[in-house]
Amino acid sequence: MESQITQTLRAFITDNYLFGDRARLPADDASLLETGVIDSTGVLELIEFLESEYGFTVEDTETLPENLGSVAGLTRYVSAKQRQGAA
Amino acid sequence: MTTTTDFGPRTLDLDLAAETDRIVAMIRGYLTTHRRKGAVVALSGGIDSSVTAALCVAALGPGRVFGLHMPERASSPETISLSRSISDHFGFDSVVEDIATTLEAVGCYRRYDEAVRRVVPEYGEGWKSKIVLPSVVDDDALRLYSIVVEDPQGERSRHRLTIEAYLGIVAATNFKQRVRKMLEYHHADRLNYVTTGTPNRLEYDQGFFVKLGDGAADIKPIAHLYKTQVYALAEHLGVPEAVRTRPSTTDTYSLAQSQEEFYFSLPHHLMDLCLYGLNHDVPVDQVASATGLTAEQVERVYRDIEQKRRTTAYLHEPPVLVENVPEIHG
Repeated sequence: MESQITQTLRAFITDNYLFGDRARLPADDASLLETGVIDSTGVLELIEFLESEYGFTVEDTETLPENLGSVAGLTRYVSAKQRQGAA
Repeated sequence: MTTTTDFGPRTLDLDLAAETDRIVAMIRGYLTTHRRKGAVVALSGGIDSSVTAALCVAALGPGRVFGLHMPERASSPETISLSRSISDHFGFDSVVEDIATTLEAVGCYRRYDEAVRRVVPEYGEGWKSKIVLPSVVDDDALRLYSIVVEDPQGERSRHRLTIEAYLGIVAATNFKQRVRKMLEYHHADRLNYVTTGTPNRLEYDQGFFVKLGDGAADIKPIAHLYKTQVYALAEHLGVPEAVRTRPSTTDTYSLAQSQEEFYFSLPHHLMDLCLYGLNHDVPVDQVASATGLTAEQVERVYRDIEQKRRTTAYLHEPPVLVENVPEIHG
C-alpha cells in the first residue's frame, strides 16, 4: 500500500515540478524544499493534489515539514490519514 | 567587523558620515558613467524611499532629484502627506500621479476581487482584505498564506488560500508596483534621469519586491544596509521624525497590513540581528540572547530566511541567454 502511495507521489512530483526529469527527483527522505524542488507555491499545489487524490483535508496543524517536506514524509502522512479515515 | 562575542544591536552601528560619502560616490559615479542628469525617486512616505531621496539630494543636489507620489485606492490617508513632507523638506520637485485610474483600466481591482472570491464567494463591494502569513517563531509549520476579509459590517474572517486564489491575488496586486515603475521610467526618460530602487537589505535579500516592479531600477543605494542602519542613516540625514516613527506597512491591501504579517517573521530590528547572525555565522545562542528568542526560534527564523532565498532567487535573475554575447557582456 505504501509503495503505491510512494509511486503516486513520485510521479506527481516528477511530472508537476521537474518536467518529467526523474533524474532530478531527490531521494525519498531528502527535503523537497531544501533541494529546491518545491517552494511555498509548490506546497499549495501539493496540498491540493493530496486533497483531490486522496479525498481528505490537510489541516493547518498538519502543514509540517515532516508531513509534506519529502516523499518519505508524505507517504507516512498519507498512510496515517488513510488509517484515520478508515478507523 | 564586530566580533561575535559582543553581538547585539550595536553590531549594526555604522560610521554614518562615511557611509553617506560611499553611497554618494556610487550615485555620482553611476550617473557619470551612464551620462544621466539626475534621479527619480518614488516616494511612499516610508523610511526607505525617504532615505533614498535624501541620499540622492546629498549626491546631486535638490535640483537634480524628482519625486513621484503615486497613491491608489488602498493607500493609507497619511501616505501622501508623509511623502510630500519629504519632497518639501529636502526641497526637490515632485508630482502626484494617482495610479487608481490606470489600475482600474488594466483590471487590477476587478482581477483582485475575482481571485479573492475563489475562497470567499461573497467578497465584493464594501469588503476589505489583506493576505497574511502565520508566525514563524511559534512552531515548525510551513508558512502558507491566508486571506483576512472584513465584511461591510466589520466582521472579520480568515481563509487559507488555494493556489489559484493566491497566484491571482499576487498577480493583481503586482500591477501596483509595475504601474508605479512604468511612471518612474517615463519621468526618468523625459528628464534623462535614472530610476532608483529603494529596498533595504532585508527586502533585497528576502525577495520582498516585485520583479519588473519595485525590483526594477538603475541604482539601489541602500540595498546593502540592514533596516536598523537605514533608520540610523535617516536620522543622520535629517529625515523628518514623522517618517522615521511610522510603522512599516505594505500600503497595498485595503486592510492595514504590517510587513511582519505579510512577509517578515519578526519586527525589523530582530530580523536584522537574525539575518546578520546567519550571514556571519554568529553562534545561535548569542543571536537568541540578543533577540530574546529561544535557540529553537532562531533556527526557525534561519530556515525561513533560507527558504525565502530559494523561493525568490528567480526574482533576482536577469534574462537568461543560451550563450554569452561577448561583444555586450565582455
